[in-house]
Amino acid sequence: MPTRYSAWSLIRHGVSGDDWPPILRQHDRRESYDVVIVGGGVHGLATAYYLAADYGVRNVAVLEKSYIGSGGSGRNTAILRSNYLTPEGVRFYDRSVKLYEHLAAELNFNVMFSQRGHLTLAHNDSSLRTMRWRTEVNKLQGVDSDMIDPDEIKKLVPYLDTSNTTRYPILGALYHPPGGIVRHDAVVWGYARAADARGVHIHQGTEVVGIDVDGGRVTGVRTADGHRIATGAVLNATAGWSTLISDMVGVRMPVQTFPLQAGVTEPVRPFLDTVVVSGTLHVYVSQTDRGELVFGASVDPYASYSTRGSLEFAEGVAGHVLQLMPALSKMRLLRQWAGLCDMTPDFSPIMGPTPVAGFYVDVGWGTYGFKAGPVSGEAMADCIVNGRPPEIIAAFGLDRFTAGRLVGEKGAAAVGH
Amino acid sequence: MMLLPCPWCGARDAGEFRYVGESGTRPDPATATRDQWRRYLYFHANPRGWVREDWYHGAGCRRYFTVGRHTVTNEVRTARGRS
Ligand SMILES: Cc1cc2nc3c(=O)[nH]c(=O)nc-3n(C[C@H](O)[C@H](O)[C@H](O)COP(=O)(O)OP(=O)(O)OC[C@H]3O[C@@H](n4cnc5c(N)ncnc54)[C@H](O)[C@@H]3O)c2cc1C
Ligand SMILES: [Zn+2]
Repeated sequence: MPTRYSAWSLIRHGVSGDDWPPILRQHDRRESYDVVIVGGGVHGLATAYYLAADYGVRNVAVLEKSYIGSGGSGRNTAILRSNYLTPEGVRFYDRSVKLYEHLAAELNFNVMFSQRGHLTLAHNDSSLRTMRWRTEVNKLQGVDSDMIDPDEIKKLVPYLDTSNTTRYPILGALYHPPGGIVRHDAVVWGYARAADARGVHIHQGTEVVGIDVDGGRVTGVRTADGHRIATGAVLNATAGWSTLISDMVGVRMPVQTFPLQAGVTEPVRPFLDTVVVSGTLHVYVSQTDRGELVFGASVDPYASYSTRGSLEFAEGVAGHVLQLMPALSKMRLLRQWAGLCDMTPDFSPIMGPTPVAGFYVDVGWGTYGFKAGPVSGEAMADCIVNGRPPEIIAAFGLDRFTAGRLVGEKGAAAVGH
Repeated sequence: MMLLPCPWCGARDAGEFRYVGESGTRPDPATATRDQWRRYLYFHANPRGWVREDWYHGAGCRRYFTVGRHTVTNEVRTARGRS
């Protein structure tokens, strides 16, 4: 059992100078597990944690081809919010924000959730209209969300250019006080450590290359180093790589993989304590605790598995940020990176069972899935234990695409976050 | 930056084009079942490797064409005009 983190353990380690124990233990692979989770991002690790914590299912393995958090979970801009457009989406993401509010205490790991408020700017009438619609849906679901005018925006973020002489004047904004940012790596490590403490095996450097199916049922997975692990339940939690895993059992999915880039500037004194998003300019900005500005944009213009950054991104994001905050013109971009996003046609996830018995999916996270980690883990653990999706994810089944029941988050998700 | 070989205009910066998506055969709307139509609209192969896909030269000749592209390296192999 790993030591509990506390003020006392901090003092004790400070005085003794001992090394902190690693957050994860290494285990030998078992011949079989009750549940095998493919993908060691926030979704896979959260599912493993809730399987053990809520249902006592501890004979669980998480197989990660690289290191935990090496996918989208370690590359995102860490924005959390629940002011979506559809009632299904709002309910779902709101449960996640609630879980995030207590996550540090639950996992005994400081995830640094800062609920600094989230501001989505409107630069034209159609955005204002969608925002009014969103506000009403949000309020009906009990989510704190309201429209504010340029004067109120200026008070919240003095550095924003709210004049009406810019190319895209700011006409109003959707203000969502509970939204904010979190330390994404800490969420990954916190879930991994808490799952490990409850007996889950996390195998890093273990790539799944095949899944065995017999008579329409999952019977095991095969790894790149030639091993077979027997199991009756496999969860595909691989985001950008998810069609490759589903292809192994012949389950087709309406998912296309697109790169998404982000960048970070040199650190400066704190001046921005809200998250600012503009759908029209395809850009979002927040300031980290260290003072860097984190910039994000929309996905690259064509499907790809490449994680190379591009000059187009750096140029575009700089231009757009400067339209919003001209005072930043002397700041320097320190670095940029890309991650893979599994986009669905309706910008909602795909969660639940599939036509292959024992094969579950938790995919379609696109550019917005980090915030959904906790609720997805909770719901997928429930789904795997009870064999059917719980109410909160009932609308997100794979069959909705052939049944014509799409959950269109498109209006709310132009820039994803 | 990626260069795309337009069969009519030659190699141009990818920024001049609009990505249409994986090439597929459009079922006949008059006879297609709902299931066939929805599969055509939503389900794609999304391979990690070579794929045949359609592009539209919006800032050029405004015509459609098909290329083969590797989705990891973004290497482009062939180009063929589409009517
Ligand atoms: C630049 C960027 C910014 C983003 N910003 C935000 C944001 O602000 N807010 C938000 O909510 N979301 C955001 N997202 C989206 C978010 O990062 C993802 O939706 C989320 O992290 C998905 O988590 P996951 O656990 O499902 O997948 P991932 O974290 O991608 O984990 C999947 C794992 O599966 C592993 N894997 C793949 N194939 C195999 C295999 N064959 N065998 C074993 N393991 C395998 C991978 O190595 C990877 O670690 C952003 C994404 C990017 C790229
Ligand atoms: Zn052309």
